[in-house]
Amino acid sequence: MNAFRLILARDLHLAMRQGMDSLMVVMFFVIAVVLFPFGVGPESNILARIAPGVIWVAALLASMLSLERLFQTEYEDGSLELLALQPVALEITVMAKVVAHWLTTGLPLIVAAPLLAVLMNLPDEGFIILIVALVLGTPTLSLIGAIGAALILGSRRGGILLSLLVLPLYIPVLIFGVSAVDVVINGFEAKAQLLILGGIFLAALPLCPWVGAAALRQALD
Amino acid sequence: MPQFTGTDVVCFRGERTVFHGLTFGLGAGEAVMLRGANGSGKSSLLRLMAGLGRPLSGVIGWQGQSIANDPEAHNARLHYIGHHDPVKPVLTVAENLGFWAALRSQGENGKAVEAALGRLGIGHLATVPGRFLSAGQKRRVNLARALTTSADLWLLDEPQTALDKAAEHSFLDAIAEHRSKGGMVVMSSHAEESLADATELDLGKYQVAS
Repeated sequence: MNAFRLILARDLHLAMRQGMDSLMVVMFFVIAVVLFPFGVGPESNILARIAPGVIWVAALLASMLSLERLFQTEYEDGSLELLALQPVALEITVMAKVVAHWLTTGLPLIVAAPLLAVLMNLPDEGFIILIVALVLGTPTLSLIGAIGAALILGSRRGGILLSLLVLPLYIPVLIFGVSAVDVVINGFEAKAQLLILGGIFLAALPLCPWVGAAALRQALD
Repeated sequence: MPQFTGTDVVCFRGERTVFHGLTFGLGAGEAVMLRGANGSGKSSLLRLMAGLGRPLSGVIGWQGQSIANDPEAHNARLHYIGHHDPVKPVLTVAENLGFWAALRSQGENGKAVEAALGRLGIGHLATVPGRFLSAGQKRRVNLARALTTSADLWLLDEPQTALDKAAEHSFLDAIAEHRSKGGMVVMSSHAEESLADATELDLGKYQVAS
């Protein structure tokens, strides 16, 4: 637990010292959503109809934007092989880095989401469920993304490869995240969607660090 | 009685057999100097010894047990200095070193960091961010990592790279002290000088005839 805390604190420390990374992710999220009213027109009903999907897709892409660097800089400067040579399970290291990634990208996206929901004219009843769905869904995005980030180490054009690996795996989170907001706006309960999002998160929680650690060992071999 | 051993180790990397049939053994206080031309497998052997890779066949073991049986226990007993110097540009020298020391020790390690930096002549750089360091200073920070916490086995891949003579002597003194306390060292080097009483292991003898 001490190692988990140390690695998490160091990654947060690094993120704070080079704060532009988190800021750029949020800026990308905002700009991507802001583009839609220009593209589909300012008709408020249309914007309200597509708001949950647009916000989720933009959040998903923004979260992916910073994934490439999750292990890449550590790999390039030799820190990753040293982390793998500590008396700590590599799965713990991966988990700490995933939590740091979520705190520096997922959490700021959740904070920015209500502002964008206003911009997209999302109905009032959709606000809370949007936040709840993002809280349940974005950690899964970081967890799944860690596998992709580990698999692309050492490859050329890693960013594109990462998208091809990770985006298909994001689809279930996207479907149930958007659906949760849609059903609430239409006057139904979103319990089933939230349970599925929670279930996906609980399945990813032990599985992704394990697979990610195996991918890192492969990259370091 | 050797504690750290390798038996009939075969290394396969990049679709070729780098070396084969390699056997070695190290007891307390002993050292092995790895020799051989570029590409003969010195770094590959050190990585196998660290557990970063697995031999195609053969066993690398500690006290008779394969290191692959308990990788975390093996990690706890070694310090590895590779080709890279993992110094984060935005962290100070003391923060960089303090992190690695804290991962291996419980409790306060500020004095150990200070002592290690002082020993390699970079105590005055403790508060300087990593981005302002020269290549030689980064290498000294990396070497200081081995001095902050104790480990039985030091695996050193050309540690003198980018060092000036003074730093090289300081580090060779630290190696001698480590060995006098029963520590073991495996070091690759192209320098002509060797460690005192070290066994020379020429990897050229274990190449596959083409």
